[in-house]
Amino acid sequence: MSARSSEAIKSASKSSPRSERPSRAIDRRDFLKAGGALIVGFSSAGMMADKLFAQGPPFMRMPGPDPRQLDTWLAVHSDNTATVYIGYVELGQGSTTSLLQVSAEELDFDLSQVSTVRVDTSISPNQGGTYSSSAIARGSPAIRQAAAEARQVLLKMASQRLGAPVEQLTVAKGVVSVIGASGKSVTYGELIGDKRFDVEITGKAPLKPVAEYTLVGSRPPRNDIPAKVRGTFTYLQHVRLPGMLHGRIVRPRGQGAYGAGAKVKSLDETSIAHIPAARVLRKGDFVGVVAPREWDAVRAARDLKIEWDMPATLPGSDDVYAAMRAEQTVDRVVLQRGDVATAFSAANAAHTASGTYHGPYQAHACFGPNGALADVRADSALLICSSQDVYTTRGTVARLLGMKPEQVRAEYYEGSGTYGHSCYDDSAQAAAILSQLAGKPVRLQFMRWDEHGWDPYGAAHVGEVRIAADANGKLVAYQYDGWQHNWAAVESSEQLALGTPAAEWRLGMAQQVNPSQCGGMYDIPNIKLINHQVDGLKYLKAAWLRSPLDLAFSFASEQTLDELARMLRMDAYAFRRMNIANERWRGVLDAVAEASKWVPRPPASRVSDAKIVQGHGIALGTHLTSYGGAVAEVEVNKETGAVAVKHLYGAIDAGLAVNPAFIENQISGQLVQAASRMLLEEVTFNKTNVTSLDWNSYPILRFEECPKVTPICVQRLDQRSTGAGEEVMAATAGAIACAFFDATGVRMTEFPLTPKRVLAALRKS
Amino acid sequence: MASKLKLRVNGVTREVDSAPDTPLLYVLTDEMHLQGPRFGCGLSQCGSCSVLLDGAEIRSCVTPVSAVNGKSVTTLEGLPQWYAEQKTLAKAPELHPIQQAVIDEQAVQCGYCYNGLIVKAAELLSKNTRPSDRQIREAMNGHLCRCGTYPRMMRAIRRASEMMRDAHSGAETTAADETELAANATGDSAEVAR
Repeated sequence: MSARSSEAIKSASKSSPRSERPSRAIDRRDFLKAGGALIVGFSSAGMMADKLFAQGPPFMRMPGPDPRQLDTWLAVHSDNTATVYIGYVELGQGSTTSLLQVSAEELDFDLSQVSTVRVDTSISPNQGGTYSSSAIARGSPAIRQAAAEARQVLLKMASQRLGAPVEQLTVAKGVVSVIGASGKSVTYGELIGDKRFDVEITGKAPLKPVAEYTLVGSRPPRNDIPAKVRGTFTYLQHVRLPGMLHGRIVRPRGQGAYGAGAKVKSLDETSIAHIPAARVLRKGDFVGVVAPREWDAVRAARDLKIEWDMPATLPGSDDVYAAMRAEQTVDRVVLQRGDVATAFSAANAAHTASGTYHGPYQAHACFGPNGALADVRADSALLICSSQDVYTTRGTVARLLGMKPEQVRAEYYEGSGTYGHSCYDDSAQAAAILSQLAGKPVRLQFMRWDEHGWDPYGAAHVGEVRIAADANGKLVAYQYDGWQHNWAAVESSEQLALGTPAAEWRLGMAQQVNPSQCGGMYDIPNIKLINHQVDGLKYLKAAWLRSPLDLAFSFASEQTLDELARMLRMDAYAFRRMNIANERWRGVLDAVAEASKWVPRPPASRVSDAKIVQGHGIALGTHLTSYGGAVAEVEVNKETGAVAVKHLYGAIDAGLAVNPAFIENQISGQLVQAASRMLLEEVTFNKTNVTSLDWNSYPILRFEECPKVTPICVQRLDQRSTGAGEEVMAATAGAIACAFFDATGVRMTEFPLTPKRVLAALRKS
Repeated sequence: MASKLKLRVNGVTREVDSAPDTPLLYVLTDEMHLQGPRFGCGLSQCGSCSVLLDGAEIRSCVTPVSAVNGKSVTTLEGLPQWYAEQKTLAKAPELHPIQQAVIDEQAVQCGYCYNGLIVKAAELLSKNTRPSDRQIREAMNGHLCRCGTYPRMMRAIRRASEMMRDAHSGAETTAADETELAANATGDSAEVAR
């Protein structure tokens, strides 16, 4: 066993990315041991589960690191480098590098002198999940403050060592020198080298003035890319544990109604007798297979004869909107300002436009299906997963295993991009159940149909919008009624294994009509937003998918605005601009208009009988905080119904951009992904279950369809940093729909804009 | 008992323990612990598992290991060496030009699809050192990227093409290609201070 462990250690160390030097993880462990009080730091990069468990369960019952302690956030080493402990996970957005820029800036270190370790519930501060584009928005203030506190402590130590007051000290690359006294210097490493700070964060350490920033706002390259390009980066899918089995789940191909789940009607274990190494594991209606060899597990899951009981109660994807609209709903006025009824009256509203719009269920469709590794022992468990929120995942897995959260250690390994709550919790739970049943470590890998078929999708939406303007083009009234259901609160693994009834999240932000996205960017004196909450148990399970619901809101709202602009014979850009007072909204709108060399004209004023027609559209978008704008240039073939997005321009104002290059990459990705969602993506299902189970039945945008993209990062040094991973999604959705309207004079009422749907809309017009 | 299957992987001959019907992907990942090829769909739809078989890109997730017995497999990890052999260089470079170009363009987001994107682009560039925009799109169309990094990958392929031309200046050029390359610049980014 020890030989295998050390081999695993070697391969893990060799393959770790530069930013996550395993030696540092071990340093931290030793360093914490040396400090005596807090022995929590272990990383599987340096130590395998077996050795970890040899320490005994009390070891696992340590609380998470104390966020008030400076030592929780960073450690300065003898070689004058630092390890920064970050509670947010890297999802390919570059946030790890950005947060290292922030810490190095504040400490006056070079970027090369700081690194981090992987997120782990036994090491990392619990900063909450990495969602709502939070890594920089919430992560950077905490890390900036911790670094500033450390700098203060180090300067005091240097002051004593050098015999000079703090005011006369200056720092560069972690070397403290006395101003005007050449040669008098000491490094941070010499001052504290691997010893604990042992101080609490005061929140009072002065922060470096923005004007003095040299690293923050600059564009160093991402530290994870070289390993990803060489093939040496360790994704979750590469991690192996000694003595483990390969596991696969066995479920119906495609989920059914969330509330109904799936019941095993019959299961014939002899059907996999031809794979003697494989075992069937079952807990309630949760079924899986394990085998020492991966291919045996894949074959066993494929060949196992099992019949499922699934009720035929779904409306089917063709009838889902009518079904939702007809539901008894729980209604809530999200926002009411002024008097909408009076404002819509003829005396006040010279022009009124309205429409009913539909947005489908869409999948996260992670490129690498989710998975997890679990080693569940009698009284403790190790979980290796790609959760965006390892602390929450730890809690739900602990409940499932009948343990306390402290008995479960969850460690994060990056998987493929997840764009929200994909199957990472479901697969983590499944791995834990399989390991508990098998009595061995299990590596669970979802298959493609598991990921596509059992994803908690972005919810389907029906929107009814009505907007009015006066004769001068000033917006006077806005009403939005939205129908959708909430997110799934119980994962399918738990539902199947324990029979836990399906349940939804309580209504909250990002599950309901969004005041920021529905009219929020425009100055409208009279506004009413009403949420109609549908019972989600009768539908597919849902969760947050990048900019939840906002694409559908923008699709409805921005097209209706363009209909008004057409009535007013006003240019779409000018019409929006005159209805915006906020300079940051104007900023992104102007940025995309300028970049695209916007030529003003009323929407749909150039509609022709040509077979192939072109149009442009402009729209705004947000998720919760930052400001997004987009322009789309599209071409429509009226004979085939094909829509080609030719060029997209996107701008984000996310306040202080720590690394503008990363934001540009995020914008480019959002432009392309939003185009994919508007043109191609929809989950299909019949009355029993989901039928879009792979890349053929759930197509996404490809190289040949990819538009040109122009990303614009609006840098605002005087504003706090906010998220930049979502805002251009909704703006792009609106811009593409408006561009289609401009080209054809027809408003699409449902996306994606597939040829069939486009031809039907053109024929109807 | 039949003799074991043998593969030449990144220049080293390896014996295979797995059953002959095992997809090559699982041999490369589970037996040889390679981290280039990776599971994406198991259906030959996405390109996540791509490797070069005697220089041609194949999907290892649907290729039984018995079908490649005795053949030469190159994975992402082996591209620099493979490139050196192609170009008869004395020594393998640190990175294949397309790998360097992907870093230079900072093209990656999550990077999971980049095994397939890089392997496919390396195959393309080995056959056509000056691919046009249309040829790039056609060649790469069977590879998906969920993060939407296609525009940057296209830039990286053009950059690698230029790097290879600079290194081996004998390549032929045509005016039509040049125009198309210039006309299809995939996008400019801008940082605006407000």
